[in-house]
Amino acid sequence: MDFGPYILLASLEGAVTAAVLALTAVGLSLVFGVMRVVNIAHGEFFMLGAVIAWWVAQSMGGHPAVGFAAALVIAPLAVAAIAVAADMTILKRLDYDPERTIVATIGLLYIIQQVTLMTYGPDARPVEAPFDTRLAIPWIERGEGGWQLYWPWGLGTTSYKLAVIGAAGAVLIGVWLLMSRTRIGLVMRATQMDRDMALAFAIPVEKVYALVFGLGAGLAALGAVLIVPIQQAHYLMGADPLLLSFIVVIIGGLGSLPGTVLAAVFIGLSDGIISVFFSPTLAKILATLLVGMVLVFRPQGLFGSRAA
Amino acid sequence: MSAARRSLALHGGLIALLFALQFVLPDYHHGNLARIMVLASYAVGYNILFGYTGLLSLGHALFFAAGMYGMGLTIQHLGFTPAPALVAGLVTGIVVSAGLALLALRTSGVAFMIVTLMFAQAGYLTILYFGEYTRGDEGFVIQQAERVLWGIDLSDPTNRYFAALILFAICLMTCLHLVQRPFGKTLVAVRENEERVRMLGYDTFAHKLGAMIVSGTISAAAGAVYGLLFGYVGASFASVQYSIFPLLWVLLGGAGTVLGPFIGTLFMFYLIDFSSGITTAYMLIAGVALVVLTLFAPQGLTGELRRRLWRWLP
Repeated sequence: MDFGPYILLASLEGAVTAAVLALTAVGLSLVFGVMRVVNIAHGEFFMLGAVIAWWVAQSMGGHPAVGFAAALVIAPLAVAAIAVAADMTILKRLDYDPERTIVATIGLLYIIQQVTLMTYGPDARPVEAPFDTRLAIPWIERGEGGWQLYWPWGLGTTSYKLAVIGAAGAVLIGVWLLMSRTRIGLVMRATQMDRDMALAFAIPVEKVYALVFGLGAGLAALGAVLIVPIQQAHYLMGADPLLLSFIVVIIGGLGSLPGTVLAAVFIGLSDGIISVFFSPTLAKILATLLVGMVLVFRPQGLFGSRAA
Repeated sequence: MSAARRSLALHGGLIALLFALQFVLPDYHHGNLARIMVLASYAVGYNILFGYTGLLSLGHALFFAAGMYGMGLTIQHLGFTPAPALVAGLVTGIVVSAGLALLALRTSGVAFMIVTLMFAQAGYLTILYFGEYTRGDEGFVIQQAERVLWGIDLSDPTNRYFAALILFAICLMTCLHLVQRPFGKTLVAVRENEERVRMLGYDTFAHKLGAMIVSGTISAAAGAVYGLLFGYVGASFASVQYSIFPLLWVLLGGAGTVLGPFIGTLFMFYLIDFSSGITTAYMLIAGVALVVLTLFAPQGLTGELRRRLWRWLP
């Protein structure tokens, strides 16, 4: 393949990563923005989403699309319920103290991960995609008789991958509408701006926190359900999304939703492209160093305007 | 007896007890205790930064691994003998901790945790990236012939136990000495109220820098000795899990106490040892312990002891 088609393929793969990453990172960003809680267990909620999706798809039977559709509804709701329970039993009792909640969510990470290992086991298991048509992509090249179209070998994508990108975009627009147009979004933003004042105006802050924590976890789980037909469900799969979401949220500016989405696209695409040309490990090293440096020298993030 | 004397007697007593245990313990626990003493030294180093200075680092595995690889790689590739290799490990630890401190101390609170986490992760990935030299996840074994220090074979269980005890005694006494000096007292003051300490005219940045370098160097020493005593150097020691462990040990034993790290390591080691006999998911215990500790006993075991009984405990 020539350089051009290669780049196109890399950015298509990167776009799928970016779409799922945007969902996961927006969840993390919401939790941090509203609650000021750094949720280290966020990656495990992602993993739980994938594992529950496998379980639902497995027990439904019939056409793969039926199981997948059921998983798309059940998995995020189940994960959100678990997150709300964790919020009410653990985080609330710590009074949302930033440092102690980090330690507690590290504990939560191991609890979720190891319970999954005990029940689901150490195997990676796939979920069948509801539809999976292969689409070849043409490329224009200047041949002997002027410009002509041709289909380079290996350049292509699947209808499912394009659907993932579309679905993630739709959900993100939904989240944005929820935050900016509805009453519950208004309450969340009020809590984010000034917790005490919100409390004084009789906003049930603790209920808002539980809702936000559930919503954040649900978004991560949704991202996982979308990716699980492409990447198998495994009990250790939460580490990478956690790291990448952190990178995205910090570069995008902590708590800023548009910044987070922008950074997800940027990181997803560059991760895809760097991984194709260099090693994925090098891409991760560069990304983690970038995050460290951004936090040290520009704590408001590259796109944000407020200090962490 | 004054408080300083009492605490000297208590900590000296612990070391004497550990020395005596060497002769009575059965083989299995003898080996475990050697390991626990080295890991407890790591926890002592962690505690200086977390317990006394109030800086929660999520990247101490970087220092542990710096010591371990500084020692291991010089033996493996440059043909060093153990003594200069240990020095190489220590120097690597000092350089890495000073470098990270200069960057990370520009931040505070949650940002400090994430910055240390990110740099430690970058360090871990770097070890994997240079797999040609480090053998990545698989790691490499330091041969028995290369583990003879001044004619003493460190792979022999008895020698190993003594070497671990010496390391632990040095680290424990350094920590005890440090926290009774004005430097240590200033660190505690920084933990309690940094703003006020700065207003009183202290250079808080210099104190935090010093604490992080001491902490990182002790951790590196533990890492180097661990690699030498147990003859194995691998990337898993640089992973996030090894940054979480010292936090767990110190929280369990009691942050900001000299004895806490050892007690925490001892308890957690045997808890995990016991539970891994029952299930492969032994890290579940660590997770539950972390949550329960933050919820019900943020002071840890020794902290509770100090609060209820011995108020003089350093």
